[in-house]
Amino acid sequence: MGSLRSLSVTQQVGLLFVTLFGVLALVTLVAFSGSLRESDATEQALVDRFRRDLRAVWAGALLFWIAWASGAFVSTLVFGVLSFLALREFVTLTHTRRGDHRSLLLAFFIVLPAQYVLVATRLFNAFTVFIPVYVFLAIPVISAFGNDPKRFLERTAKIQWGIMVCVYGMSHAPALLLLDLPAYAGHGAFLVLYLVMVVAAAQIAQEVASRKLRRRPVARAISRSFSWRAWSAGLLAAALVGALLYWTTPFKPWAALAMGFVAGGAGTLGEFVMEALKRDAGVRSWSGRPSVTGAVGLLDRAAPLCFAAPVFFHSVRWYFGV
Amino acid sequence: MKAPEVAGLLLAFVARLITGAQGHWYGCPPKAEQRIYFANHQSHFDWVLLWAALPRDLRGATRPIAARDYWTSSPLKHWITREIFNAVYVSRQRSDDEDPLEPLMEALRHGDSLVIFPEGTRGHAADPAAFKSGLYALAQAFPDVQLIPAWIDNVQRVMPKGEVVPVPILCTITFGAPVALRPNEERRAFLDRARAAVMALRAIH
Repeated sequence: MGSLRSLSVTQQVGLLFVTLFGVLALVTLVAFSGSLRESDATEQALVDRFRRDLRAVWAGALLFWIAWASGAFVSTLVFGVLSFLALREFVTLTHTRRGDHRSLLLAFFIVLPAQYVLVATRLFNAFTVFIPVYVFLAIPVISAFGNDPKRFLERTAKIQWGIMVCVYGMSHAPALLLLDLPAYAGHGAFLVLYLVMVVAAAQIAQEVASRKLRRRPVARAISRSFSWRAWSAGLLAAALVGALLYWTTPFKPWAALAMGFVAGGAGTLGEFVMEALKRDAGVRSWSGRPSVTGAVGLLDRAAPLCFAAPVFFHSVRWYFGV
Repeated sequence: MKAPEVAGLLLAFVARLITGAQGHWYGCPPKAEQRIYFANHQSHFDWVLLWAALPRDLRGATRPIAARDYWTSSPLKHWITREIFNAVYVSRQRSDDEDPLEPLMEALRHGDSLVIFPEGTRGHAADPAAFKSGLYALAQAFPDVQLIPAWIDNVQRVMPKGEVVPVPILCTITFGAPVALRPNEERRAFLDRARAAVMALRAIH
């Protein structure tokens, strides 16, 4: 570890990406050689799903690298575009009415760019309150001008919630990249990687545990696989991975454990909530395949991160008192 | 690349950015055959969406129908419809000596594909209105041209009547299996069958 710490920041980050892409390339190679064998239908379905997920991980890693390599402006732009696509998918799935048109325009063309401008300029205090305070009051006002009282609260809540998840939540990822912590300047990429690894560990562990344990689901109507036992397994895995990765973060080991716990919990609960949304919208399967609306499942993949990022970001700021 | 081509690519990009403009080909593959696409009509965007959903090399040979009096009234409108879309102009005023379908027949004889909205006007009900007879006449005159039904979904949410700026919402265009005119088929029966073929695509996802 000592030799790692003596490297410059750029070298450390470079090493991080070399390792990341190396591991990915290895996994892809193994997956590809495995796919040459004959296999039955259920196995094939699993392999297909794994390959879809692997492709998503590749896309995510490349995006992460581009975001890092090209500096603050491009990284916020990349996440801004992702936010736009996720919000587009979200609005497609919820049933908005004609009177919502102006509010939606506000959300897409004013709130979204403004939030990312606040990130890029590192105005973190304004960035934190802009949406929960100002936008949340502005949206119902604009909607009321739409002159349509039917299901007013419901429609407003949907737009607000979409902005909260797709814009506010997502914008915390570039905020992590740009956050300057004492004695940790320029290491933002490690924080994002830590967050992604922890959330991924929680999701994978939860998935495996729910297959093996076959516990009674907490809310059968929403998810057949979500049980407290499986969720706890996910939390444990997240905390463990978080603690193992403590040396990449500015935290002490116990704090890294706690952060992993918090971020992993928020991420898997985010996934659960998206499941509920999916059911409500009548979408049967989401990831990878075009669904009712032609949505390709970006929201599905981004949601755990959108839930975990703000919680993690504010825990970090609170921890360091910045 | 020339200006219309660049403008066309830009327009298709914007259409895709805002609506996704995803084409789902269920009943037929996207092929460079001579075709008449017929779809439900709910918004001014319908044509641009369908056009953007086509593969790029099919866009050039697939032409919309445009009302001559409106789309030639200003130089910009004329340029857009003539240079980017290569539209077939029809006049809305009926004169006795001229068949209103003649420009369409001319384009089909020339080997081009067409996109038509057989309802004649934009509808606001959930179901498309009854089809006008033009489709029947074209099917009779050109039995070798494939008639492809298409359902355009969600577009009415993108830009409600009276609004100017579109909201980004995903739209899909579902293309179905070709509908052919049966021997001795009545006009009304054929038009109803074509309309049912368009509506049946609504359920496929």
